[in-house]
Amino acid sequence: MDLKEKIVSSYVAFEDGVNINSDIHEIRTEAFQNFEKLGFPSKKLEAWKYTSLNAILKEDYSIFPDNEKTINLADVKQYFIHDIDTYKVVFIDGKYSSFLSETTHDSIDVCLMSSALTKAKYKPVIENYFNKVAKQDNLTSLNTAFSKEGAYIHIPKNTEVEKPIQIINFTTGSEAATMLQPRNLIVVGQNAHVQIIERHQSLTENAVLTNVVTEVYADRHATVDYYKIQNDHIAASLVDNTYIEQQSNSIVSVHTFSFGGNITRNNLNFYQKGEHIDSILKGITIIEGKQHVDHHTLVHHIEPNCESHQDYKGIFDERSTGVFNGKVIVEKEAQKTNAYQKNNNVLVSDRSTINAKPQLEIFADDVKCSHGCTIGQLDEQALFYMQQRGIPKKEARALLMYAFANNVLESVKIPEVKERITKLIATKLNVNIGFNI
Amino acid sequence: MSKYTEDDLREELKTKEYEYGFYTDIESETFAKGLNEDVVRAISKKKNEPEWMTKWRLDAFKIWSKMEEPEWANVNYKKPEFQEIAYYSAPKQKPKLNSIDEVDPDLLATFEKLGISLEEQKRLANVAVDIVIDSVSVATTFKKTLGEKGIIFMPISEAIQEHPELVKKYLGTVVPTSDNFYAALNSAVFSDGSFCYIPKGVRCPMELSTYFRINEGGTGQFERTLVVADKGSFVSYLEGCTAPSRDENQLHAAVVELIAMDDAEIKYSTVQNWYPGNSEGKGGVFNFVTKRGLCETNAKISWTQVETGSAITWKYPSCILKGNNSVGEFYSIAVTNNYQQADTGTKMIHLGKNTKSTIISKGISAGKSQNSYRGLVQINSRAENARNFSQCDSLLMGNECGAHTFPYIEVKNKTAQVEHEATTSKIGEEQLFYCNQRGIDTEKAIALIVNGFSKEVLNKLPMEFAVEAQKLLEISLEGSVG
Repeated sequence: MDLKEKIVSSYVAFEDGVNINSDIHEIRTEAFQNFEKLGFPSKKLEAWKYTSLNAILKEDYSIFPDNEKTINLADVKQYFIHDIDTYKVVFIDGKYSSFLSETTHDSIDVCLMSSALTKAKYKPVIENYFNKVAKQDNLTSLNTAFSKEGAYIHIPKNTEVEKPIQIINFTTGSEAATMLQPRNLIVVGQNAHVQIIERHQSLTENAVLTNVVTEVYADRHATVDYYKIQNDHIAASLVDNTYIEQQSNSIVSVHTFSFGGNITRNNLNFYQKGEHIDSILKGITIIEGKQHVDHHTLVHHIEPNCESHQDYKGIFDERSTGVFNGKVIVEKEAQKTNAYQKNNNVLVSDRSTINAKPQLEIFADDVKCSHGCTIGQLDEQALFYMQQRGIPKKEARALLMYAFANNVLESVKIPEVKERITKLIATKLNVNIGFNI
Repeated sequence: MSKYTEDDLREELKTKEYEYGFYTDIESETFAKGLNEDVVRAISKKKNEPEWMTKWRLDAFKIWSKMEEPEWANVNYKKPEFQEIAYYSAPKQKPKLNSIDEVDPDLLATFEKLGISLEEQKRLANVAVDIVIDSVSVATTFKKTLGEKGIIFMPISEAIQEHPELVKKYLGTVVPTSDNFYAALNSAVFSDGSFCYIPKGVRCPMELSTYFRINEGGTGQFERTLVVADKGSFVSYLEGCTAPSRDENQLHAAVVELIAMDDAEIKYSTVQNWYPGNSEGKGGVFNFVTKRGLCETNAKISWTQVETGSAITWKYPSCILKGNNSVGEFYSIAVTNNYQQADTGTKMIHLGKNTKSTIISKGISAGKSQNSYRGLVQINSRAENARNFSQCDSLLMGNECGAHTFPYIEVKNKTAQVEHEATTSKIGEEQLFYCNQRGIDTEKAIALIVNGFSKEVLNKLPMEFAVEAQKLLEISLEGSVG
C-alpha cells in the first residue's frame, strides 16, 4: 500500500477524533477530496521539477503516533533559544506538551490550534482567517484535511509582544517512521509587533516527514519577524508551506536557516493586499552529504507602492543539491513596485548541484524589478591572503563563507538567534570562528 | 512642435499598420490541404529525392503523429489545424534561371519594395542572396565566387541531389527528428531551405544571406537550414524575413542546425519581421522555430536576433558547447506590440572544459503584448571552469503589456562561474527630463533611450544587417527610434 492509499484509508480513523459536524470539518473534507484527486506532487509538475519526494514517500509512516511520550527538558534544552525568556508552544509527536510549553491568554493568545478550532470564543477569528490564504495545492490540502493541532497565535491591535514566541515540534522516534502535519495560524492586528521562532526537531535517527502549513495575517502597520531554524537529523524531511497575507504598511520578514534534514522544501508565499508593504525573505543554506534543500518563493505584488527584498545564500558541499525557485509577480495595478531578488551560491564539491530559477512576471510598467543569481567559488586570492597572514586554510575558508552568509545574518533582530545561527554555521563548517557578533 | 509624450507613442503604436503587408500574385502550384504519409511521399517525390531522404521524412512523420503539441510556453493562441494547411507551395518558375533578368518582374518588384533589390545587391553589397519565395529558391547569386573557395551554398533540395553524402552525414544530428513537435513536423514536410558548407580553413569572403517570405495564403512554410563549418573555417550567415499581411494565421516551423567543427566560427544573424497581426490581434504568423548549434573544440557559435514580427514567437536558439574551450553567444532584441506574444531565449549546454557563454537579451513590450525570456544555462559535472554571463533587460511601455523572465540555471560543477541578472523598467521621467533640458524633444529622447537600450545587441549585427534591423525597429516602434 503506498502512502497515499494509506493516508486515504486512515481518514476515517482521523474523523473519529474530531467533531465531524462542524464548519471546520467541511473545510477538511473538501481539502481531503482535493488531495485524493491530486495525490503527491511528482517531478512532472513544473513546481517540483528539481525536487523528487519519491524516496521519502516509500517509508511506512505512522500517521497517528498514539502513545503520549514525555521527554526531559535537559535532553532537549539545546534546541530552544534558552538564554532569553520566551513563550513556548511545544509539541511531541504532534501532541501538545504542557510541561515544556509556556502559553498565555493575557491580552494576547499564544495557545493551541486544537482549542482554537473547537472553542466558541475563537470562532470569529477562525472563520475569518483559517484556511483563507493557504493555496489549495496537493500538500497544503493534505495538511488541511488532517488539521487538528498546531500553534495558534493572535495578537490584538496596538500590542507589542514583549518576548519572542517559540514553536517547536519534537519527534521522539517511538515509531519507525512518523508523519506529522502541524497547522499554525498567526493573526497579527493593527500596529502589533511579534517575533516568532519555529523549529522542527527529531530526537532519533528514525524517519520523519513533516508537512507543516503556517498561515500568517499581518494587519495594517503590523510587524512580524519570523525565524525558521532547520537543522534536523538526516532522516527527517520537511515540507514547510507558509502563506502570508499583508495589509497596508505592514512589514513581514521571514528568515530561513537550512542546515540539516534529508529533503527540505520551503514553500514561502507572500500576498500583498495593500499599499506600502514591505516583504523580506532571507535565507542561508549550508548543507552536505546527500541533503537537498529547495526554496520555492512567491511574492505577489497586487497593490501599488510596495517593496519586496529577497536574499538567499547557499553553500553546498559533497553530494548535496540546492534549489532556488523564486517567483515575483507584479500585477498591472501594482505600479511603483520595487522588487529585488538575489540568490548567491557556492559549490564546494564537484558532486554538488545547484538548480536556480529566478523568475519574474511583470504586468506593470512603472516598476523597478531586478534579480541576480550567481554561482561561483571562494576567492582564491582572499584565501591566499589570509593564509599568508597565518590563518590556517580551513579557518580562512570558514571565515570567507561566514562573510558570504553574513548579509543575511545582519538583519536578524534577536541577538540570541543571531548568536545561535553563528554557532550553527561554525559547527557546520567545522571550525571555531573565534569571535562573537 | 507639440509635446510628444509616451501616450502619443502608445497611440501611434496602436494605429501603426504593417508597412510591408503586400501580396504578390504569382501563379503557384499548391498541394491540397492536409497531412498524411502520402503527402510526405508526394513532397519527397516532387523534390526528386533519393530513397533515404523519403524514408527519413516518413520516420519523422511517424514520430510526429505520436507527439503532442507542447503547452509549456507562456503564450496563448488558437492551435493551428494541422490538417487545414497546404504543405507544399512552389511558384511555377521552371526551368531554373541562369540570370536575374529571367526572374519574374513581379517577383523583382516585391524585393524592391522590401529594399533588397537583387540588382543593387549584386553590384553594391558584398552579399550573396539565396532568395526563397515560399518554398523553392528561384535565384542564387554569387555562387561562382563562393564555388572558387570550395564553399557550398545552395538550396537544401539541390544539396540533397548534389552533395547527398554531406547532407546525409549532418542532417538531423543537432536537432534530431524526435526533438520536439515542430522539429518533427518540419523534418517530415520541409520543402526547402539553405545548405551551407565551408571547407577546412576557409574564411567565407562575404556574408551569406537568405530572405524568406511566406507568399501563398494558407501555406505553412517549413524551412530547413543546415550550416556546416569545417575545421578552422569562418562564416557569417544572415537570415531575414517579412511576410505579407493576411488575416489567416500562418504557421512557420523552421529548423536551423549549425555545426562548428574544431576552431570554426559561425555567426548567425536573424531579423524576423513576419506579419504580427493587426492592432486587434487578428491574423499574424505563428513562428515556432528550433535553432541549435553544436560547437566542437575551440569552436564558437554566435546567435544574434532581432525579433519584431509574428503574432506568436516560440524560439530558443541554443548552443551545445561540446568541445573544450568552445564559446556560445546569444544576443537578442525582441519587440512586441499590440497583441503579439513572444516566448524566446536560449539554451547553453556546457559539456566541455573551459567553455564560455554569454547571453544578452533585451525585451521591449508595448500595447497589449506579452514578452517572455526563457533560458537554460546548464553546466555539466565534467565542464571544468565553465563560465556564463546572462543579462535580461525588459522595457515596458504602457501598463497593459507584460514582461516575464524564466531563467533556468543548473550547475553540477564547483568550478563553474555563473552570473544571471535581470531588470525590468520603463523609460524614466528623469531620463526624459534630462534630455528635454538639453534641447532634445521627447520623441527623439524616447528614440535615444530605446536605441541605447538595444545597442548592445544591434552592435553585434553585421553592417549590412544593422541598417535593416534599425528599419524594422522603426516600423515596430515608430516614433521611438530616430
